[in-house]
Amino acid sequence: MSTLIIIKIIIILVIFAITLFIAMYSTYAERKIAAVMQDRIGPNRAGPWGILQPLADGGKMFFKEDFIPAFANKKLFIIAPGIAMFTALMTSAIIPWGGSITIWGQTFDLQVADVDIGILYILGVVSIGVYGIMIGGWASNNKYSLFGAVRSSSQMISYELAMGLSILAVIMTTGSLSLKDIVEAQDGGKWNVFYQPLACLLFIVCAFAECNRAPFDLAECESELIGGYHTEYGSMKLGFFLFAEYINMFISSAIISTLFFGGYNFPFMHDLGLSSNALTIVGTLVFFAKICFFIFFFMWVRWTLPRFRYDQLMHLGWKTLIPLAVFNLMLTGGIMLLRDLF
Amino acid sequence: MNLPSDYLPIIIQSIVALGFVVFVLIATHILGPNKKTKNKVENFECGVESEGDARSPFSVKYFMTAILFVLFDVEIIFFYPYAVNFKEMGLYGFLAVLMFVAFFMIGFYYVYKKGALEWDK
Repeated sequence: MSTLIIIKIIIILVIFAITLFIAMYSTYAERKIAAVMQDRIGPNRAGPWGILQPLADGGKMFFKEDFIPAFANKKLFIIAPGIAMFTALMTSAIIPWGGSITIWGQTFDLQVADVDIGILYILGVVSIGVYGIMIGGWASNNKYSLFGAVRSSSQMISYELAMGLSILAVIMTTGSLSLKDIVEAQDGGKWNVFYQPLACLLFIVCAFAECNRAPFDLAECESELIGGYHTEYGSMKLGFFLFAEYINMFISSAIISTLFFGGYNFPFMHDLGLSSNALTIVGTLVFFAKICFFIFFFMWVRWTLPRFRYDQLMHLGWKTLIPLAVFNLMLTGGIMLLRDLF
Repeated sequence: MNLPSDYLPIIIQSIVALGFVVFVLIATHILGPNKKTKNKVENFECGVESEGDARSPFSVKYFMTAILFVLFDVEIIFFYPYAVNFKEMGLYGFLAVLMFVAFFMIGFYYVYKKGALEWDK
């Protein structure tokens, strides 16, 4: 029992470090990808090819003045970025990063906790993330912030509905809420994206909206709202909001890969003749490759598509995605029953 | 079936995350300079000074969205136990859920027709 806890703590710390590292380097990747797409050079001063840029940015955030405006609600102003960051860091707990590894006769899973409410846990934690933005915008006592926060909360709760409905089709085919079971069910190239293309599309769209990423970045909208909910923020408190966004993007990519793209499975994985440990390591690397692809996809979309207008955003969320998701749910149920009958 | 002890790692992770957040917030408070001036503590504005309190009334549409969210979210949560047990329930369960979906969609249609989802009116 105690060795198991020590192993879990090691896994938690390693995943923590990887999360922060990937979030840091996502900022660098974002700027480089934007630069390539706009025919610029991008950051190239800090270290070779600018690869130390995220460290320089982080350092700068630390040494900026930790400042609270006079009209702001001080306690809430400090708590809000904390909530945003905390919820972003909590979602990684139930993602299966790989199969199981055996060391010194002890087998353990590369997952912090395999709880059988898996997806509900994610939906729950993600919905707490709305509070970070809402409290931040409210506490700032600035019109820009408040509008950004209200828009963003309204957007996030609207897309949560479609997100919850789109996952349901996957749960029906798997019969479990645990992410581990969902990954195992996709073993052997039976990725959910081939069986549930509509659910996959809906989920990806909702994930974009939940992360407040372009084309759904109405919360920030620099051209009309300056910075949205984090207009008044500075130093590491601003850093937390931005960092939480990148962590959410990383986690969303991980969840998209897990639910629809086979997680740590890859084609012909059992024909390679690898030992169990080697297979797990290769699987984890493949999983991270998939995650990196989706992070790239997030950035690709951001620098390609223009922003939605607010009524278009609500129209899409309520009148298109929700009916489509319900339709997909009934279609899945109907087809599965027909297949059983005949 | 999970035991309460299976949730222990999540508690450990929440302690680590909370520790990190609190540590960084305190560290940045200590490390940064602290010079307050009259202009600095004022609200950020963009060319035009802001008038009155920022917490002004905003469009009732946002409240409508929040209320509708609560309604529909509860209904969606009812789908989850069904989806997990879909294979055992078979045709009978499916027909029951079709009826539930019909009610769901009638409610949705009502909201739609009432114009609660219109943003530009």
